[in-house]
Amino acid sequence: MGKIMNQSIFNKKNLLLLGFIVLLIAPLFLTDFRLNLLGKYLAFAILVIGLDLLWGYTGVLSLGHGIFFGIGAYAMGMYLKLEASGTTKLPDFMAWSGVQELPFIWVPFQNPILAIILGIFIPLMIALLLGLLTFRNRINGVYFTILSQALVVVVVTLFVGQQGLTGGTNGLTSFNTIFGFSLASTTTQTVIYLITAAVLAIVYFASKVLINGRLGQVLIGIRDGENRLRFLGYDPAIFKTFIYALSAGIAGLAGMLFVLQVGIISPTMMGIIPSIEMVLWVALGGRGTLIGPVIGAILVNWAKTSFSESYPDIWLYFLGLMFVIVVVFLPDGLMGLFKKFQKRWSGLHDKQPDSARVEKNYS
Amino acid sequence: MINSQTVLESKKITVEFSGFKAISNLDFKVTNNKVHFLIGPNGAGKTTLLDVICGKTQVSQGKVVYMEDQNLVKLKDFKIVHIGISRKFQTPSIFQNLTVYENLIIALKQDKGLWATITAKITKNQQKDIDEMLQLTGLIDEKDQQAGALSHGQKQWLEIAMVLLQDPGLVLLDEPIAGMSKVERLKTGEMIREIAKDRTVLIVEHDMDFVKEYADIVTVMHEGKLLCQGSMEEIQNDPRVREVYLGRKED
Repeated sequence: MGKIMNQSIFNKKNLLLLGFIVLLIAPLFLTDFRLNLLGKYLAFAILVIGLDLLWGYTGVLSLGHGIFFGIGAYAMGMYLKLEASGTTKLPDFMAWSGVQELPFIWVPFQNPILAIILGIFIPLMIALLLGLLTFRNRINGVYFTILSQALVVVVVTLFVGQQGLTGGTNGLTSFNTIFGFSLASTTTQTVIYLITAAVLAIVYFASKVLINGRLGQVLIGIRDGENRLRFLGYDPAIFKTFIYALSAGIAGLAGMLFVLQVGIISPTMMGIIPSIEMVLWVALGGRGTLIGPVIGAILVNWAKTSFSESYPDIWLYFLGLMFVIVVVFLPDGLMGLFKKFQKRWSGLHDKQPDSARVEKNYS
Repeated sequence: MINSQTVLESKKITVEFSGFKAISNLDFKVTNNKVHFLIGPNGAGKTTLLDVICGKTQVSQGKVVYMEDQNLVKLKDFKIVHIGISRKFQTPSIFQNLTVYENLIIALKQDKGLWATITAKITKNQQKDIDEMLQLTGLIDEKDQQAGALSHGQKQWLEIAMVLLQDPGLVLLDEPIAGMSKVERLKTGEMIREIAKDRTVLIVEHDMDFVKEYADIVTVMHEGKLLCQGSMEEIQNDPRVREVYLGRKED
């Protein structure tokens, strides 16, 4: 049995490597348009890894990760906008709103490095603060989820309302260059795509290392029995806050890569619906596995694109049907299905007693 | 054995749940290296007392002192664990999705801060402790099995092992043999004796035969108050106990 397990681990590693290589050589066989779309999916895939650490492993459901994603995207968008407007002029929408001088919160974003750091740091700090406030006071489960939704409403309203600061409902768009390279050029876009793929690999492996260590077990402990863990001497609030902040930082990073490839960020992209969609990608791929949500994010978004291209009138029904099927028939997502087949093929299910199937507790 | 030393002392504690006094004005002492049983009819406040000791429930009045200088009332639950008090709950609360071995690993006595957890590596001594526990509980063959797949008795033992791995000075057990078969009870009793060799064990239990067999000291609680305390024999001969507890059974 040990041999079989070793082999399957070996296979898994190889499959991962193969997947990454396919992503790396994708620019060779995809059209610019398709590559750009794939890059967008990969940005979402980065985001769901963080969301999965939070929900799949720690059992904390956040329906508000859209804003962390959005803030990251806005941070990058602000830099791009300033670069597009030149050093002397204000961004176009500010002029339309009658803003005379560059608002002070825009000033740091003139520096691209600072903008990138802030794009991760601001979401992280917001999550850290909110996490400390809620988890320390033992606001958990569905109450936290509702709070995370409220946060979305607050932030989106703020962004829409501050027309002169944020571009209002239109958001930020019409960018030109990054570090002086034209965003419209194929080479720049290919490089950005490759960076996105590399970031995905780094975030994936870093999370893998984190989860395979003691921390992973403690997080699962929080998910399955927070009180018990407390009476083993751990303070769950600290761990939950850490993972929440980490996932927010990852979401910010994903948002930056998203805006570079999509060329626009607006409040609708960070609202309640995208926030819930993100969670669905995790559920569809399989929470509590790192690779599942990555596959889920890529697959759902690819399906969304192809359905909407082929069946523009009814594609939303396809999407809805897909989610219903997963929720009803595949509670552990695609990875759960995959594991079932794997067991059947290797005949392992004969050796495992039925009681080995253990219920998972998600909030 | 060192002469008897007070491990835990509660001084005039009262616990109130919206007007109802689950514990009222209770003075209570636990001395070291003893198997100390806590008995009493339902609603006597036994589990509430354990809740107070481990920080799950707040007292309205009074204080609980551990090792003569630590006031537990002011400590957070997870910090009470750090000073050496561990508790096993009534229903087996182990982590179902972790393996037996992983359950034991996260229970180990060590720095349980965030950074220490991220960088934690198992030491040789810890490995030895875990092996010892696997031996004591007889769970060696189930080491890599998901804990959720264990039998009820095995889950209880695993949780006792997790409590012990924290190397506590005082172990709190809440009905450890509930739902166990005869053989399992015997094994649990032997484990408790083994445990009490170098630490104090405070047990809430309803099964009188079990109490008779393993108790060094028995405390009887009734309606949130301490009724009497002594050896099982003294307790059995106490007319007050008969009245509220044993007597009721004989009627």
